[in-house]
Amino acid sequence: MDNHFDVIVIGAGAAGLTAGIYLSRAKVKTLILNEGTVGGQMVLTHEIANYPGVENISGYELARTMKTQAQKFGCIIKSNLKITSLDLKGEIKRVVVNNKDIYTSDTIIISTGGRSRMIGAIGEENFKGKGISYCATCDGDFFQDKEIIVVGGGNSALEEAVSLTKYASKVTIIHQFDHFQALEHYVDEAKENEKISFIMESKIIEFIGDEKLDAVKIQNQSTQEITEIKIDGVFIFIGYVPNTETLQGIIELNQWKEIVVDKDMKTNLPGVFAAGDSIQKKYRQVTTAVADGTIAALSAAEYCNNLKKELSEHELVH
Amino acid sequence: MLKTNLTHVLSEKDHAELLQNNENVMICCGRMGPMCIPVYEVMEELEGEYKNIKFADMEFDSPDAKIIRNLPEAKSFQGLPFTVYYKNGKVVKATSSIQSRDQVTAILDEHFKQPVNETTQN
Ligand SMILES: Cc1cc2nc3c(=O)[nH]c(=O)nc-3n(C[C@H](O)[C@H](O)[C@H](O)COP(=O)(O)OP(=O)(O)OC[C@H]3O[C@@H](n4cnc5c(N)ncnc54)[C@H](O)[C@@H]3O)c2cc1C
Repeated sequence: MDNHFDVIVIGAGAAGLTAGIYLSRAKVKTLILNEGTVGGQMVLTHEIANYPGVENISGYELARTMKTQAQKFGCIIKSNLKITSLDLKGEIKRVVVNNKDIYTSDTIIISTGGRSRMIGAIGEENFKGKGISYCATCDGDFFQDKEIIVVGGGNSALEEAVSLTKYASKVTIIHQFDHFQALEHYVDEAKENEKISFIMESKIIEFIGDEKLDAVKIQNQSTQEITEIKIDGVFIFIGYVPNTETLQGIIELNQWKEIVVDKDMKTNLPGVFAAGDSIQKKYRQVTTAVADGTIAALSAAEYCNNLKKELSEHELVH
Repeated sequence: MLKTNLTHVLSEKDHAELLQNNENVMICCGRMGPMCIPVYEVMEELEGEYKNIKFADMEFDSPDAKIIRNLPEAKSFQGLPFTVYYKNGKVVKATSSIQSRDQVTAILDEHFKQPVNETTQN
């Protein structure tokens, strides 16, 4: 069967590509199915300076090298597709892509990672690229001498707010709580910057504009008062959510919708493993995703071998 | 030059020639950045499927990219990349920021209908 694999890996970020490298090198027939761009969050990173053995590399280059490495060992990678059905319960796992292509496997590794959290306010989708951005290094220079808002209270929000003062004439940080989650030195740096001001305990509830963003409506969380502010741009850095929506009710997730795994990256379903940012863990880095991917690959390979052994013993007996 | 496998538009002259020699053209004007790379990857994948369309890229910061940066259709754009779709030399659609494969194919299918394969015609 051409469409049957030993292992199907779902997600081609650092974790999934690493699993692909290890499995294919061990001659385990492996397919990686990826919804977006190969590389996942690595592609969002301009420069990675903490990946051991490589002094400085763009996320794109690192992702491209991992992809080439996996393909050279024989791993098949298919990207920019949609998984429309997933059956993980039986002995044979079944994945349907784009409502038409069916792939089966003995084991599955889920490495679907995470994505930027959106605010979910009215108009957010309409003004993406027309005033709303999730990437300061990409779009900062469109806001030279303009007034902008940065939404968020973590390290990324405060760090990016400071970096955006290179371009913007005024940066207002809006945060939903009365205190920041960021490390103290990020908070201090933002407070010391005279271009930065703060609106605390508030949320954006609506983005307003015609062809591009003109204003936002902000609601104070304690008084419920709503005010409208004219603004040229909004940068959103409010954290990440795991890409596990399609797994709800299928596999065990914790209260934050992260996949629950043991030390071998096993989930609660036999033959199903998980790795990377989508699992329950504290530190989310390329190095930790790569480590998870390695463990998941070795565990999945062992599972496949045991299955094959059981099958041949069964054949010998009968 | 952008590190993609697409045709590179390096000058205004290249741009003019590309539009003159091809009925359907999609040009993604960006940098090697996180919002642009996914669009290039989608275009590279679609090149094999949409033979009636010429897929190209152009470096956003090259002086000649003003031919795209200054398009009236891109007047409200504030996010990279600027992606422009041309039919017979005229802009039929332009988008700003990252686009998914589904979003790109929806535009291609609307504006550049593939010719019906002769063997399937009755
Ligand atoms: C801006 C930014 C900067 C960072 N900087 C650094 C840094 O300097 N150093 C560092 O070590 N780490 C950094 N990180 C963190 C690091 O990038 C991640 O921890 C790591 O890349 C996660 O890898 P992953 O494979 O688990 O998930 P991801 O990279 O999220 O990959 C998951 C893949 O799965 C795909 N997918 C999702 N859902 C599905 C589905 N249903 N079906 C099929 N495919 C699906 C996605 O499209 C994606 O390609 C940064 C992250 C960001 C966002």
